[in-house]
Amino acid sequence: MSSDQDHLKETDTEARFEFKKEERSAVKSDKGLTEEVVRLISEDKDEPEWMLERRLRALKQYQAMPMPTDWPGQPDLTELDIEEIVPYIRPDVDKREGVDDWTELPEEIKDTFDKLGIPEAEKNALSGVGAQYESEVVYQNMQEQWEEKGVVFMNMDRAVQEHPELVKEYFMTTCVPPSDNKFAALHGAVWSGGSFVYVPEDVTVEMPVQAYFRMNSEGMGQFEHTLIVAEEGSEVHYIEGCSAPKYGTHNLHSGCVEVFVEEDAHVQYSTVQNWSKNTFNLNTKRAIVESNGKMEWVSGSMGSKATMLYPCTILKGRGATDTHITIAFAGEGQNIDTGAKVYHNAPDTSSTIESKSISKDGGRTNYRGLVHIADGAEGSSTAVECDALMFDNESTSDTMPYMEIEESKVDVAHEATVGKIGDEDIFYLQSRGLDDDDAKKMIVAGFIEPITEELPIEYAVELNRLIELEMEGSLG
Amino acid sequence: MTGTPHTLHDRGNRKMARLQLNNLHAEVAEEGGEQILRGVDLEVESGEIHALMGPNGSGKSTTAKIIAGHPAYEVTEGEVLLHLEEGDFGEDFDIPEDKRTWDILDLEPNERAALGIFLAFQYPAEIEGVTMTNFLRTALNAKLEERDELFEDEEGEDDAAEEEDEGFETSPMEGPADDGEVGVAEFQEILQEKMEQLDMDAKFAQRYLNAGFSGGEKKQNEVLQAAILEPSIAVLDEIDSGLDIDRLQDVANGINALRDVQGTGVLQITHYQRILDYVEPDHVHVMLDGEIAKSGGPELAEQLEDKGYDWVREEVYETA
Repeated sequence: MSSDQDHLKETDTEARFEFKKEERSAVKSDKGLTEEVVRLISEDKDEPEWMLERRLRALKQYQAMPMPTDWPGQPDLTELDIEEIVPYIRPDVDKREGVDDWTELPEEIKDTFDKLGIPEAEKNALSGVGAQYESEVVYQNMQEQWEEKGVVFMNMDRAVQEHPELVKEYFMTTCVPPSDNKFAALHGAVWSGGSFVYVPEDVTVEMPVQAYFRMNSEGMGQFEHTLIVAEEGSEVHYIEGCSAPKYGTHNLHSGCVEVFVEEDAHVQYSTVQNWSKNTFNLNTKRAIVESNGKMEWVSGSMGSKATMLYPCTILKGRGATDTHITIAFAGEGQNIDTGAKVYHNAPDTSSTIESKSISKDGGRTNYRGLVHIADGAEGSSTAVECDALMFDNESTSDTMPYMEIEESKVDVAHEATVGKIGDEDIFYLQSRGLDDDDAKKMIVAGFIEPITEELPIEYAVELNRLIELEMEGSLG
Repeated sequence: MTGTPHTLHDRGNRKMARLQLNNLHAEVAEEGGEQILRGVDLEVESGEIHALMGPNGSGKSTTAKIIAGHPAYEVTEGEVLLHLEEGDFGEDFDIPEDKRTWDILDLEPNERAALGIFLAFQYPAEIEGVTMTNFLRTALNAKLEERDELFEDEEGEDDAAEEEDEGFETSPMEGPADDGEVGVAEFQEILQEKMEQLDMDAKFAQRYLNAGFSGGEKKQNEVLQAAILEPSIAVLDEIDSGLDIDRLQDVANGINALRDVQGTGVLQITHYQRILDYVEPDHVHVMLDGEIAKSGGPELAEQLEDKGYDWVREEVYETA
C-alpha cells in the first residue's frame, strides 16, 4: 500500500471522528454533581415533578455508593474525577425537542453529522435516525410508514412529556433501577437525551433505526438514556454509534439502555463505540425477555480509555432466547473490560455468548461474564465462547467467565482460548507474498470472522474498517 | 543452461532463474545460538528437480527456511543469490540488466516470494477464518504488486506516478480488485483449474486455510499454492511425509506439473526414495552436519535407500 493511501486513510479517520467543533451552547451546567446541577437540568427540560424526584433519589443513591475498585483486573478509575465533569450542555438549537430536517440544524452541528455519514445512511438503509450532540438530541426523524403503524421513535426527553405513562412504568424501574450500580445511579440523576423506541404488537420494523451520540466539548459527561419497548410479536433492530474528539482532560460517557422484549418479540441492539481515548465509558445495558422472545446484543468496543460494559439479559419467560456477540479492541493505554451477563430465570431458555478480543501495544482486554441458571429453569442451555488474541508480550488479556448453575437439567458449554499472534503464522503468510502488516491484518480478520459473518454486511464492513484503522500506526 | 526446454502447455512464462547458495553458514538467531549450516554450496535452476537428503538434524530444513527468510536463523557467512533472466515473469515483464542478480538475504520474506521463491512448509500454518480463496487471491495480488515495486524504475518518475494512480490495494479486509489486480472472477477460474489438476475437491476453495486439514490435505494444498503463485524456484520441505499412496501420486503429479508447465525449479527435501519414484530428480544431494557431503544423479538416492548414510560419512572422512 502506498504511503499516500495511508495518509489519506489517516485524514479520513480524523475527518470522521477526531475533528473538534467550537463549543457553542445555550445552557451549560457547572462542573460536578450537586443537587443544584440536577435541579438545573430538570428545570431546563421543564420536566414534571415525578421525574425530578426520581433524579434526586438517584443522586442520593449515587452519593451513598462506593466506586468499584476491587474487581480483579478492572480499569483504573482513579483518574476519573466526577467533580471535574460537566454533566449537562444544551447545544444552541432553536427547537428544544430537535428538528426533523437536517437542513434546519446549525451549520457546525450539521457538518459534524455529515462527516460521520449519518444523513447518507438515513437515506439508504434506515427506518429512522436520531442524533445527539452533547446532552440533547438535535435531530430525530422516522419514515412516515412506521409512524402510521404506531411506532414511536423519539427523543427520550420528549417522551417524558408526551408518553408519561409509558415512561413512568418502564424508566429505571424494573430493568435498571438506579440502585443497580454507582454509575447507573449517576445516570439516573443527570441523564439527558437518548432514544425512546416503542413498537406496537405484531409490527415488524424492517429497516434498522439508528441513533448517533456525539460528545464535542472538553471535559463533559454524556448520559443518554435509551428505552426500547417491543410489544408482543413485534420486531426491531436498533443501532447506536458513538464518537468524540480527543481533549486533554477526561470525558465521561455513562449511558443506560433498557430493553423490554415482550412475548414472541425480537429486538436486536447493535453498537459500535469509538469514543476518543480519553473517555471513560461506563454503561449499564439490560434487557428483560418474556416467553419465546428473542434478544440479540452486538457490541464492538474500539475506543475509550476505559470501558466497563456487560450487557445483561434476563430470560424471564419460558423459551426466551439471548445472543451476545462482542468484539473488543484495546491499544496503547486502553483497558476494555467487557463481557455479558445472562440470567436464565425460566425453563427452556437458551443463551449464546461469543466474545472476541484483541489487544496490542500494551492494551488490555478483559472478558468478564456471568451466566446464571436458576433452580427450576429446566431444559435451559447456554454456550459461551471467548477468545483473546494478543499482538505482543506487552499486551494483556484476561478471561473471567463465571457460571452459576443451580439447575441440573441443563446444557452448559464453555470454551475459551487466549493466544498470542503466532510468528510462524505470520512467516507462513509472508512467504506467500503478504507483507508483515497485511499478514497480521489477515490473521485478525480471520480471528473475528466467525462474528463478522453473522453481522449485516454494511455493519461488518464498518467494524472491519475500524479495526483496521486501529491497527494502523503500530504496524506501519 | 541444463535441462531440456519444455514446450508443453507453455503459458509464455518459461522460468530461467538460478538459485545459488555459496558457502552458507548459519546459526540459530539467539545469544549463543547453535551453528547449523557450515558452508552449504548448492545451485538449483528453473526446470530442474533436485533432491536434498540427509539424516535428521543435518540442516536440510534450516536451509529451506533460510532461503525463504525465516527470522529464527542468522546467516553468519556466505550468500544466497537469485539470478533472473528476461522472461522469468512472462514476456511482457522487462527485467533490466542491473536487476537480474539479487542477494536475497537482504530481502523480506514477501519480497523473496515476489521474486519467485516459494517454500512448501513441512508443517503449514493453520489460519482460522481466512478462506483459501481469499488468502490465495490476496497472496497472488500482493506478490504481483510487490514485484512491480521491486522492479520499479527509480529514475523514471512517470512510471512511479502511474503506479500510484492504479491504486493497488492488497488489504485482505477490503473489497474488490482495482485495476491491475487479478479480479475475483478471473481468480476463481485459475483456482478451479489448478484444483482440478491436483484432483482436489472444489469445497477446498471455501475452507479456512489449512484449518482442520488432514496431513495429506495440507501437503496437497502447499502444491496448489505453488501452482497458483508460479514460483521460479520451489523448495519443498518433506512434502511427502504423512501421505498415503494415492495422495502421494497426486502430489507427485503436481510437482511434475510445476516443472513441466511452469518450468519451476524444485529443491525437494525428503527422507525417502518413495516420492523420487514418481518425481525423478536430475540431481541428488546428501547433507551431513550442515554441509553438502555428496552430490550425484538419481542413482545416489537408490544407494542411500539401500545402504543408509553411514557410507557417505565414511567416504567424506576418508577424503578429509
